[in-house]
Amino acid sequence: MRFIYYLISGISLGSVYAIIALGYTMVYGIAKMLNFAHGDVIMVGGFAAFTVISTLGLPPALGVLVAIIVCTVLGITIEKIAYRPLRDASSSLAVLITAIGVSYLLQNLALLIFGSSTKSFESVVSISAIKLADGQINITGETIVTIITCIIVMMMLTLFINKTKAGQAMLAVSEDKGAAKLMGINVNGTIALTFAIGSALAAIAGVLLCSAYPTLSPTTGSMPGIKAFVAAVFGGIGSIPGALLGGLLLGIIETLGRAYISSQLSDVIVFGVLIVVLVVKPTGILGKKIQEKV
Amino acid sequence: MKKINISKQGKSNLITYGIILLLSFLLFFIGQSSYQLKGLLVPVCTQIMLAVSLNLTVGILGELSLGHAGFMCIGTFVGASFSIYMEQFIPIAGVRFFLALFIGALSAGIMGFLIGLPVLRLKGDYLAIVTLAFGEIIKNIVNMIYLGYDSKGLHFSMTDTASMGLAEDGVVIIKGPQGVMGTPADSNFGIGVILVLITVFIVLNLIHSRDGRAIMAIRDNEIAAESVGINITKYKLMAFTISAALAGMAGSFYAHNYNNIKASTNNFGYNMSIMILVFVVLGGIGSIRGSVIAATILYMLPEMLRFMSQYRMLVYAIVLIIMMLFTWSPKAQEWKSVQMEKLKVRLKPVIDKFRKKSSDKLTKEGE
Amino acid sequence: MALLEVQNLGISFGGLRAVDDFNLQINKGQLYGLIGPNGAGKTTVFNLLTGVYKPNEGIIKLDGIDITGHSNIEINKAGIARTFQNIRLFKDQTVLDNVKIGLHNKYHYNTLEGIFRLPGYRKAEKQMDERAMELLKVFELDGESHYLASNLPYGKQRKLEIARALATEPKLLLLDEPAAGMNPNETKELMDTIRFIREKFDMTILLIEHDMKLVSGICEELTVLNFGSVLCQGETSKVLQNPEVIKAYLGE
Repeated sequence: MRFIYYLISGISLGSVYAIIALGYTMVYGIAKMLNFAHGDVIMVGGFAAFTVISTLGLPPALGVLVAIIVCTVLGITIEKIAYRPLRDASSSLAVLITAIGVSYLLQNLALLIFGSSTKSFESVVSISAIKLADGQINITGETIVTIITCIIVMMMLTLFINKTKAGQAMLAVSEDKGAAKLMGINVNGTIALTFAIGSALAAIAGVLLCSAYPTLSPTTGSMPGIKAFVAAVFGGIGSIPGALLGGLLLGIIETLGRAYISSQLSDVIVFGVLIVVLVVKPTGILGKKIQEKV
Repeated sequence: MKKINISKQGKSNLITYGIILLLSFLLFFIGQSSYQLKGLLVPVCTQIMLAVSLNLTVGILGELSLGHAGFMCIGTFVGASFSIYMEQFIPIAGVRFFLALFIGALSAGIMGFLIGLPVLRLKGDYLAIVTLAFGEIIKNIVNMIYLGYDSKGLHFSMTDTASMGLAEDGVVIIKGPQGVMGTPADSNFGIGVILVLITVFIVLNLIHSRDGRAIMAIRDNEIAAESVGINITKYKLMAFTISAALAGMAGSFYAHNYNNIKASTNNFGYNMSIMILVFVVLGGIGSIRGSVIAATILYMLPEMLRFMSQYRMLVYAIVLIIMMLFTWSPKAQEWKSVQMEKLKVRLKPVIDKFRKKSSDKLTKEGE
Repeated sequence: MALLEVQNLGISFGGLRAVDDFNLQINKGQLYGLIGPNGAGKTTVFNLLTGVYKPNEGIIKLDGIDITGHSNIEINKAGIARTFQNIRLFKDQTVLDNVKIGLHNKYHYNTLEGIFRLPGYRKAEKQMDERAMELLKVFELDGESHYLASNLPYGKQRKLEIARALATEPKLLLLDEPAAGMNPNETKELMDTIRFIREKFDMTILLIEHDMKLVSGICEELTVLNFGSVLCQGETSKVLQNPEVIKAYLGE
């Protein structure tokens, strides 16, 4: 029974990772960059919702909406100002370091505005917990909402990519930017759209994360950001089903590791599994192998 | 007349050593100005060593590593533990410290070799994430280690102090998350400068040797390198191991500046690894001299910006972004070269005049 | 005895038969051509010979020694060196260093001798410099020895790649489309260079080429490859008059 409880919490945590990893993987697939500031967008989403709900006392739904809008605008702005000028730079490290700069910037802005003390975040979920098996398994409302949100996001994203023109354009740009441009696809617009979607997902993830673990500080986003990055690589970076799979597996491994082995070792286990997976399959579980032509 | 022949490469190396000495003098005087700044002198030497050694992996071998702080972490904890334990056996601080530096480097080097063996066949961003993972694992495991000694010898545990079973006269060396305590204060700025010089000496001479050329050949074109019979695995491992060992030495040096060091995300986790990477990239990928200068300036910068109090890290972030955009964006590069051309055109009459004068002089001397 | 002997060589990539039942014999000192339409599998044959790909079946013997399935590093040490269709130089290193990298397995000193500039380092580096400059002189690149390889004009980059391959002191030199991208004058110069290499280094050369003037001008024997298998083999003049070869090149 305990096992099922841990498994469900693992899926819940994994769902959050999956939503963040989806954003990571989309951005990587299209811009071929590790967006180190992605985790901090999560934090911004959390603070936006916090301000609306706790400081202004407005309804939680509005908080979520504001968080999504703020993050979307933020994502587009970051891409336009900091990343786009470096898209054709001679080294891919340039944009990586700029992303790190953006990450520092967001963290320190939050530090200035909200201070370094940890805020307690009011959950946006009002569904009450479900008790199963005579109260041995307690599934919180946050868990339910998180898992359902992840399923909806995943479905909508798949539909969007496969059924809409913009989604197809995204695939085309991620495959070959030059060819996409020749086919009349607006490459800049498509990349901006990808950042917008990725950041909106980060906002949703931020609100869910802060609801489930009700604390918020300027560094809230960094560790989940890194973990989601790991999840994306784990599943095969650039692959959308891979992000889902990687996120879920990571959440489950982390939760079970914490419960059954050692809470101190849970991160070691997560990173250890990642290393083993990559050493065995160097492009992640669902990643495609690209061989250099001689 | 005997002619001293210094090759172009030798000249360039001499300039690098000169810059290090010059920076050392500057830092020395900056350090005199306040107690706080003086406290930065040992760390800044550590940062320079870390940046130069990471450049060996990132710039010379051409592989992205996000776990460099992990190797520093090993050097720190092994080096510090060695010194604490050996204080009873080796009373001469100099000898003990030298051995501690060596052992810190050796242990980090061995770890670099062991990690590099399975992961160096991964490419690009995948290698980056795996090195990040290893760095985090090292930091987390170090936080679980309990080490102490008593009259019977060393005691070790992964759970808590009590389970080490120390006798009453026992001394705790590493106490889990509280870190290593009681490290003798053997480090100072002078030794730091010498170690920086040694690090740079090793890296520069490696680059300009048969092994270094093989490493750079792999960076430039792996398939071509194999086609002329270069053992890819061997040289990737060599670069990675030496880079790790130098980081370990830096870590051991750093440890002997503090009585107590904890392994947290900011000093040994990925934040630290990323900060070192920032030095390397801003200094110029593959440029050893650039790493030295960038590490010095960027490490001292937040401290120099202290008058801005809480805004300083914000300013640092903005400066970082702007510098990256300015140095790397193709448009900015174009703008710069256009400006340089304009400047050249404007300066041309002056330069021509100068040239004419000097050539006149030369012909006169020739007569 | 033939210097290179290839029997029944074959490889498939996921169901696609890239090279099938390929046989080849090259004698010492020969200048041999491998021709065929685009996509016929010529470069794949080179990749099999140099160990970039492992063959599914067949035997490759160099100087009587079986080298089938060996790694490309071992094969280079055994005596096969190559150039690439799309030039692969160490572009961020000097022209001189490119050749010195080719000399990697010919002169040795250990890492510590290198770092501490011990006598072993000085001696070997001096020899390497001399040897590399000799090779560069052959290709008239000695004046550009301190340029970055990427700053050389195209034709000189091709020459540098050949110099680098020769530095490994091979028994057999494989040239993958050496005249690609060259104008008629440069091609003519290249033909002289290839002949010169053969005389000067007593070299056996196998080359892939589309330029028929070059092929008929310098190759003594030819193998024509079409859809992965040998269409025709033999003396150059006879092969080029073979109606099937003409058909493969010009179509029906």
